[in-house]
Amino acid sequence: MTRPSRSSLLMAPALAWLAALMVVPCALVLALAFFRRGIYGGIEYTFTLENFGLVFDPLYAGIFLNSARIAGTATLIAVVIGYAAAYAIAAAPRRWQPVFLFFAVLPFWSNYLIRTYAWIVLLNREGLITQLLRWFGYTGEPPSMLYTEGAVIAGLVYNYLPFVILACYAPLSRLNPELAEASRDLGASAATTFRRVILPLTVPGIAAGAVFVFVLSIGNFVTPALLGGGRFQMIGNLVYDQFLTANDWPFGAALAMALIAIMLLVLMAQALAANRASGHVTQAGGGTDG
Amino acid sequence: MSEPRTLLAIDKVSKNFGRVTAVDGISLDIRENEFFALLGPSGCGKTTLLRMLAGFETPNDGRILLDGRDIAKTLPNKRPVNLMFQSYALFPHMSVRANVSYGLEMERLPASEIRSRVDAILATTELVPFADRKPEQLSGGQKQRVALARALVKRPRLLLLDEPLGALDKKLRGAMQLELKRLQHEVGITFVIVTHDQEESLVMADRMAVLKDGKLLQCDTPHAIYEHPADRFVADFIGVMNFVPGKAAADGVVAADGARISGKVPATLSPGASAVASVRPERIRLFPSGETANRTTGTVEALAYQGLDLQLHVRTPLSPKPFLVRVTADAADRRPVSSGDQVELGWDAADVRIFAE
Repeated sequence: MTRPSRSSLLMAPALAWLAALMVVPCALVLALAFFRRGIYGGIEYTFTLENFGLVFDPLYAGIFLNSARIAGTATLIAVVIGYAAAYAIAAAPRRWQPVFLFFAVLPFWSNYLIRTYAWIVLLNREGLITQLLRWFGYTGEPPSMLYTEGAVIAGLVYNYLPFVILACYAPLSRLNPELAEASRDLGASAATTFRRVILPLTVPGIAAGAVFVFVLSIGNFVTPALLGGGRFQMIGNLVYDQFLTANDWPFGAALAMALIAIMLLVLMAQALAANRASGHVTQAGGGTDG
Repeated sequence: MSEPRTLLAIDKVSKNFGRVTAVDGISLDIRENEFFALLGPSGCGKTTLLRMLAGFETPNDGRILLDGRDIAKTLPNKRPVNLMFQSYALFPHMSVRANVSYGLEMERLPASEIRSRVDAILATTELVPFADRKPEQLSGGQKQRVALARALVKRPRLLLLDEPLGALDKKLRGAMQLELKRLQHEVGITFVIVTHDQEESLVMADRMAVLKDGKLLQCDTPHAIYEHPADRFVADFIGVMNFVPGKAAADGVVAADGARISGKVPATLSPGASAVASVRPERIRLFPSGETANRTTGTVEALAYQGLDLQLHVRTPLSPKPFLVRVTADAADRRPVSSGDQVELGWDAADVRIFAE
């Protein structure tokens, strides 16, 4: 009987922290979304649902769809590259694996803004990539890479790739190598072994990594602002603009709530899928209380 | 009786990993329908040899002939050989039935045939009630049977078993040893089992090979190896053996204290060379009544009661280690001994084996 009280005691600081710094601000923003914008900016405290109606305006709904498409593309690319990298690291000799993982997360050691600015240096009209092309004898027009959707996607993939690598490495490194051998022994080719044994057993890692990239990408505003040059608006930029430029806090709040709703849906879908896929297989917990 | 057909011929096979030689020029013939054991201490090369038979390692030298065809370089999924892994390596995301069907699906057999063959093997291995369970819902013994069923359902020419009973407790192990033998007779497939447990191979194998440091020391029936070990290592590794060190003479070994142990001296041993005479504990008689070629007296240091028989540790002048003597419960009842007693031991020259030291 002492267990629940002790565990709630241990959880108290975290709960207090979350309540004070997550739940309360979110509730404030949510409340804000039901008010009217004042004529000269500011807030007029009368109840309305207009802000949420405006979210579904084709203009803004289009930005939502566009953000989802960009985030989805970035997620897909990050998962393919990240899974391959994680697979290679997990297949490397044991003593080298921490070294490779260290290099995979090394970019995290520098500031997000600085890393994004580095991409500008790389993609600029006369940037490093153009100069490299020139060095190989290319003389034509410099390719326009910066301020394109491709640049935004590349920036997002680059920034969140380490999450995918780490998320996929965990289940891949825990996989008993004899499982793949057993599959080969039973007559499966290397490709079939991957499809029917390795991939299904590492889906939880892929899902976790994908959700990370998608959720962080869809709400991102720094990368589209810097690498998209403001031409490719994502929801993050829109929210930013409403709060800091248009001075329409209530609509900004409604947009932010819609974004949170999308993220929650994605997270719930992932949790549901993970539960169904693994059933009672991967989770080692469960019956340990008895 | 006709000579049994050779199924698998291992021909001067060697394998090294960098500078380490794991398997060093081993030649072995494994016969159709036999239960064959590869036995040796850890690091003797038995697992590497097994992995070469399965196709997970390629020999640096030599040939592996299955039905006369060299399969040394054939991929694991292209040879009619299946391996039962030490860890069982059951697919955790598949049910028992899906695990067992997997290998047949790879052969692209019709669904109806897969179904009937899987049903049959699940019945043979008494797994029908567990067909829809996931591996984590099974006990150790059940997992082991699933691993076996998954390999057997493929009807391989050769089934390899890597320490199949290693994960089981002692009692279950004994039952599974007999179970494996029964299954092997029932399905009529050649079994090659790798084990470090000499008792296990004595019980199960029709023939066995003893390996050490990548080399083959002896290959024969368990009885022949037990009674006539090829060298001192095999004599020590298989069963329990008492050793008396000394020098070779014409008709035996002269121990350090001058006592003579009579026995047949191998022709390769020249008189005066360092040699060791050996005798099994169950061949030694306590207080021998009649004439015996070899005799000694000693002090009982310890007794170990083992139900069926009694094991005595007797300190003798013949060897630095105490002699182990096995007395039947009967004999022990007729003439009880206790710790500290002086006892007389005797054994026949025919029961003595002499090796180079």
